[in-house]
Amino acid sequence: MVEVTLESDLKNVEVAEEISRRVAGAAGFNEEEQHRIEMAVHESMINAIWHGNKNDSSKSVWLRFQIHRDRLEIRIRDQGNGFDPKYIPDPLADENLLNVSGRGIFLIRSFMDEFRVEHINGKGTEVTLVKRLSSENQPKQGGSDREHESHNSTG
Amino acid sequence: MSMKVTIRQVDSVTVVDVSGRITLGEGCTQLRELVRDQLSKGNKWILLNLADVTYIDSSGIGELVSAFTGVAKQGGALKLLHLTKKVHDLLQITKLYTVFDVHDDEARAIGSFEKTPSA
Repeated sequence: MVEVTLESDLKNVEVAEEISRRVAGAAGFNEEEQHRIEMAVHESMINAIWHGNKNDSSKSVWLRFQIHRDRLEIRIRDQGNGFDPKYIPDPLADENLLNVSGRGIFLIRSFMDEFRVEHINGKGTEVTLVKRLSSENQPKQGGSDREHESHNSTG
Repeated sequence: MSMKVTIRQVDSVTVVDVSGRITLGEGCTQLRELVRDQLSKGNKWILLNLADVTYIDSSGIGELVSAFTGVAKQGGALKLLHLTKKVHDLLQITKLYTVFDVHDDEARAIGSFEKTPSA
């Protein structure tokens, strides 16, 4: 498991991308899948910093990457009031196609197998991203979840 | 790696070679200012060469849409050249691939502007 707390600053988006790429590689995802996971984390970080924490660098973004036998699970938590993805307009609708914004959540959903949003009272909003490993990329031997390093950083 | 641009004038077409990241912040701002600057100089035929773009996010896609519609409103045209697989895939899943005029050959892309109704 990799756990990190980053200062809510756009410069840390690339830090989160780098971690996600490495963890996704360690989990066994191929290069294209690593890029998709990296993009989903990028978009989630932008949402957390820009929309959740309102670009306030005194706030932070917490991330946890956990490799399971059959999937990678990523949790990203900001200190904002949350949002309901149900109310985000469909960017593929004809009337929205030329909108300048509104594609971030759509891309996350396109790139990951699961996307959940949860508001945690007193803590902020947490999104969970899940990408499943194809059977040929799963470890051959049985066993429980794979554990990795854990550390904290203020970025 | 932040975004870098090189601007070339080929006949009546402004070719912009873009490299690096078109993402929220510096990359998007730079692209917005570049297009605004070219329009203010009367350069309304713009070809964005994205061959060396390593990364584009949802904000970058939005900036491309904004540039496309902004140039069209001024009576010009903005076209895309040499999409990487990553950018191509992004435009496909966002249904924007058919909105943009996308080219793989620079000479043909430049020639295609002559067929644009107004400039």
